[in-house]
Amino acid sequence: MADSETIVAPHPRELQHHFDDSAQQLESSTLGMWVFLVTEVMFFGGMFGGYTVYRDLYPAAFASTSHFMNVTIGAINTGVLICSSFTMVLAVRSAQLGQKKAIIAFLVLTLLLGCVFLTLKGVEYHEKWVEHHIPGPGFQYADARYAHQAQILFFLYFAMTGMHAIHMIVGVGLLTVLIVMAGRNRFSGAWYTPVEMIGLYWHFVDIIWIFLFPLLYLIGHTQ
Amino acid sequence: MNHPVVSVKVYAAVFAALLALTITTVAVSKLELGEFNFIAAMTIAVIKGTLVVMFFMDVRRATSMTKLFVGAGLFWLAILLVFLLSDYLSRGWRPALHWL
Repeated sequence: MADSETIVAPHPRELQHHFDDSAQQLESSTLGMWVFLVTEVMFFGGMFGGYTVYRDLYPAAFASTSHFMNVTIGAINTGVLICSSFTMVLAVRSAQLGQKKAIIAFLVLTLLLGCVFLTLKGVEYHEKWVEHHIPGPGFQYADARYAHQAQILFFLYFAMTGMHAIHMIVGVGLLTVLIVMAGRNRFSGAWYTPVEMIGLYWHFVDIIWIFLFPLLYLIGHTQ
Repeated sequence: MNHPVVSVKVYAAVFAALLALTITTVAVSKLELGEFNFIAAMTIAVIKGTLVVMFFMDVRRATSMTKLFVGAGLFWLAILLVFLLSDYLSRGWRPALHWL
């Protein structure tokens, strides 16, 4: 009765049985993660588009708001995020080499740098609060000519940096999960897919900031 | 597991380039260059983004399928921005013709 026998090929624990091999399994995860990141690109793309339209409609009001952007904190935060992307890539590299202690160390560093970014962002938001630059009934602007248009631009500032900060907070949560998983010895040189996928997410969030920083803080700086 | 592990030197070089470009973009923004300020800032941002995508996100060694998806994402972003801005940025370039 050879026909009725179900043949289940033995497979290693880290390889799910519906994949041919580890390479195909990792490829599927990578492709799926990129599909998600593409939807994120489109999501942020809409905000970048809206920002560009208003910047074009009200160039003078826009130039006047750029004096209230804290370029020093913005530049430090750019450096902090680039450092965190570097530690993240080193965490993935440690995972590839199966170095468990190094994975945890680099993930913790990445997490701390993410928290530094969010703290500095909080300092900046507090400055905006003190200066009454938060859009709404309490909004005040020194230059009365641009009070209304400047409010639109501050709204865009908070929408874009706020959505970015929410992504950072999600990233910090994901890193915490990874650290716990690494602590429980869930990763090996043969399977470390979550480290690599969350690495892709973290780098994506870094790229968004790479574009937000010049657009919000640097353009119109000299006018 | 498919690819040889990249040496720390490569990652460190990309990291150094990203920091150097950040300092460059801040320095360039202090100069009075008119419209070139915007062009320079965006060019540097695109270079930085490309470095992160190619080296940190390892797209340079990804499968053709992944590259196609990344490329399609950028292409759709281009459709969004080009069509949106070709309307807004061209308004008022010339008076509307009387028969329109």
